[in-house]
Amino acid sequence: MDGKILGYTNTTFEDMYTVDNNGYYGKFGGSFIPEMMHKNIEFLKLKYLEIIQDSNFQEEFHSLLRDYVGRPSPLYFSQALSDIYGGKVYLKREDLNHTGSHKINNTIGQILLAKRLGKKRIIAETGAGQHGVATATVCAKAGLECIIYMGATDVARQKPNVDKIKFLGAKVIPVTSGNKTLKDATNEAIRDWISNPESTHYIIGSVVGPHPYPDMVSRFQSVISEEIQKQLIEKTGKSNPSKVIACVGGGSNAAGAFYHFLDQKEVELIAVEAAGKGVDTGESAATTALGNMGVLHGAMTLLMQTEDGQVVEPYSVSAGLDYPGIGPLHAHLFDSNRASFVNVTDEEALNAALELTKIEGIIPALESSHALAALSKIDIKKDEVVVLNLSGRGDKDMDTYLNYHKQKAQ
Amino acid sequence: MNRIANTFNNRRNNILSIYFTAGHKGLNTCVDILKHLENSGVDIVELGIPFSDPVADGPTIQKSSETALLNGMSVKQLFEELQNLRDDVTIPVLLMGYINPIIQFGVEAFCKKCHEVGVDGVIIPDLPLDIYERHYKDIFEQYNIVNTLLVTPQTSDERIRQIDHKSNGFIYVVSSNGTTGDKNAVLHNDYFAHIKSLELETPTLIGFGIRDNKTFENACKYANGAIIGSRFVQHIEEGYSDKHIKSFVDEIVKS
Repeated sequence: MDGKILGYTNTTFEDMYTVDNNGYYGKFGGSFIPEMMHKNIEFLKLKYLEIIQDSNFQEEFHSLLRDYVGRPSPLYFSQALSDIYGGKVYLKREDLNHTGSHKINNTIGQILLAKRLGKKRIIAETGAGQHGVATATVCAKAGLECIIYMGATDVARQKPNVDKIKFLGAKVIPVTSGNKTLKDATNEAIRDWISNPESTHYIIGSVVGPHPYPDMVSRFQSVISEEIQKQLIEKTGKSNPSKVIACVGGGSNAAGAFYHFLDQKEVELIAVEAAGKGVDTGESAATTALGNMGVLHGAMTLLMQTEDGQVVEPYSVSAGLDYPGIGPLHAHLFDSNRASFVNVTDEEALNAALELTKIEGIIPALESSHALAALSKIDIKKDEVVVLNLSGRGDKDMDTYLNYHKQKAQ
Repeated sequence: MNRIANTFNNRRNNILSIYFTAGHKGLNTCVDILKHLENSGVDIVELGIPFSDPVADGPTIQKSSETALLNGMSVKQLFEELQNLRDDVTIPVLLMGYINPIIQFGVEAFCKKCHEVGVDGVIIPDLPLDIYERHYKDIFEQYNIVNTLLVTPQTSDERIRQIDHKSNGFIYVVSSNGTTGDKNAVLHNDYFAHIKSLELETPTLIGFGIRDNKTFENACKYANGAIIGSRFVQHIEEGYSDKHIKSFVDEIVKS
């Protein structure tokens, strides 16, 4: 379907980094779905732009982002980080959103969509539990039944979020297949949707999955870069920073932070992946370093896999980055060299979390700590403006932080 | 010669197709199982290529795939095992699996190998019609590999007609909304009757939730036959001797 037929014309971009009419970003994307999902996905494909660009939808979406989520999230100038790493380092405070991360931007958008589609039941996958909490939250508010699939390993290591999801009235189903993490939870959510196609909407939490999900989720998250532009004008007089840094698991916070800068060539985009115990240790989630083209969860993308095409179980201390692929947009940004990809080990991320806590009094999420750790790995010039997307807060990671701190002290 | 077309030309009803996962019972077992299935009177076999993330499959086939991968099954290994397939097996054999292992093997190399060893067709649940036509159809046709398409209770009549027009071999009619081997699958005869009333050109086989003589015979009232997967995979957990497999097939077809 041509975008123009839907009354949508993209005036900002020359379509180099946005999705094409077949749902591809360059070589990546598409909808590799079984026939069981065809009706739902085809309907979304045809209607999602019309629905989300409708003025009533936009009005409701933005008023909820303002009054319910607490947007705009502040853009905070960190003198302390600037002193250490150079340049002028700003933190985009997604950690201050309701529910504690950027995930709520997408779930607000998708619950409004689900209501317009007449769906009665919501399913979602979650890794760190942030998307699970954000989904359970909007379902409570909308009065819709909510089922969260979560790998059994993650259920154990993210207990505070599991408790929150349950308290919000949603059902948590621990997934015991595979490595029992995010990939397996996603498989199970897809199976649920195949079994309940009429009643159910699947709120995918990242910029992964079949088209139109990566584009739809990117658009809901794009409020992040939209605000950054406005806030930078106020603070620096210019809308473009020199660099934008964000962590990438599936890549939704990065997609949101990059979105309005994609065709601003002078803005350097830096995506940070989780190296786990080290890229070459066999316990890593650094997809661009270790992966190649393949199909997972409905999209052609970069994927960690064996020679035989079996998906490799990733590893990261951070449950939100513990995914063997990246969204097709990011695969394209990597492939076309539009973004540079760096990776950060568990230990580097843990140290970065302690550092920010100590110097700024902000406890970041483990995922966001990967972005923070990248500051020491890139070259920042004196006058450069660096925006780092602080995607979530660290409440859920306190056990991990305390244990690490104790270990270090010994 | 197209073995799938021959099968449906020779008989239009009660076609029994059986699925099992290659490598589930160990390496170098799948040709034996194929032979036993043929001896037992099975008409078509769907041989599963195991994949780490089989989203259209329920627990039984997930588990058999996991076991097969642990046993060391791969696309490369499978073709080695099938090297002399046609010395012993005459019934149609289709490979059923997800697209990623096929892409990594190389789509053209895959089709070429299928052709060489005598595999007649494929069923690839996560390769939708539009992507197949845009990227892969020419290659599959060049090697005479039949791509089997699915219809489900979610598929509109218009799309069913389109799929019928683009199919050769047979259409895989998914019985209900669900994944494979769903014990609770409710088989809706009015859905089957509706498919029958469309009088499609391509033969139809009903699959998902077919598990015994009763469900098989019921499906055969509305389609050219039916497919049994998970139930057979469970059956061979206990062994795959000629006798053990024949007892399963006899129980399904009875008469």
